[in-house]
Amino acid sequence: MILAKIVGTVVATRKDDRLVSSKLLVARPMDPRGTPEGSYLVAVDTVDAGVGETVLIVSGSSARMAAGLKDCPVDAAIVGIVDSIEVRD
Amino acid sequence: MQLARVMGEVVATIKDPNLIGSKLLVLQPIAGSGEPVGRTLVALDSVGAGVGEHVFFVRGREAAFPFYPAEPPTDASIVGIVDHWNMEK
Repeated sequence: MILAKIVGTVVATRKDDRLVSSKLLVARPMDPRGTPEGSYLVAVDTVDAGVGETVLIVSGSSARMAAGLKDCPVDAAIVGIVDSIEVRD
Repeated sequence: MQLARVMGEVVATIKDPNLIGSKLLVLQPIAGSGEPVGRTLVALDSVGAGVGEHVFFVRGREAAFPFYPAEPPTDASIVGIVDHWNMEK
C-alpha cells in the first residue's frame, strides 16, 4: 500500500458499468514525511475520503478485494483514511 | 519477497472492514548491504513485527494469503522477521 494525499476528484459519465456509482479521486503519492513522490493516480474511494486527506491506497489486483469492488475493473483503491504516521529513524 | 526495515507505524481509524485489527507498518526496502533502495510503502503485519526490525515482505495479490480465510485488501504484507542475513562478498 502507498500513502497519498487526495488532490482532486474525477467525474466521468461514460464508464464501465461496474464503475457506476464509484467515487473517483485523484491522489498524489507521498513518503511518510509528506513529501510528494511519483505521478498522480486515479483511485476508487471505498471509505468516503475527501480532498486534502491523507489516505492508504492499495494497487494492482489486490485493489479488487476492497469492499464493494469485487470484479470491478480497478487497479487502485482507497482503503483507509490516515489519522497519523509515526516514523522513527 | 524483499528485505526491508520497519520505519514506522500508520494509524487509520476509518478503513476497510477487512483491515480492522491488523497493524499497518511503514517499510523501507533495503539491499543486501542494508542500504535503503526504492520507495517506502505501507504493509500489513502478519507476524508481530515492530519499528526498527528487519523483515521480509510479499507483494501483490499473495499479500492477502497470510490472513486466510480473511481477504484484506492489501498489496504488501510482512511475512517474516529477519534474525540475521549473510551476503557473499
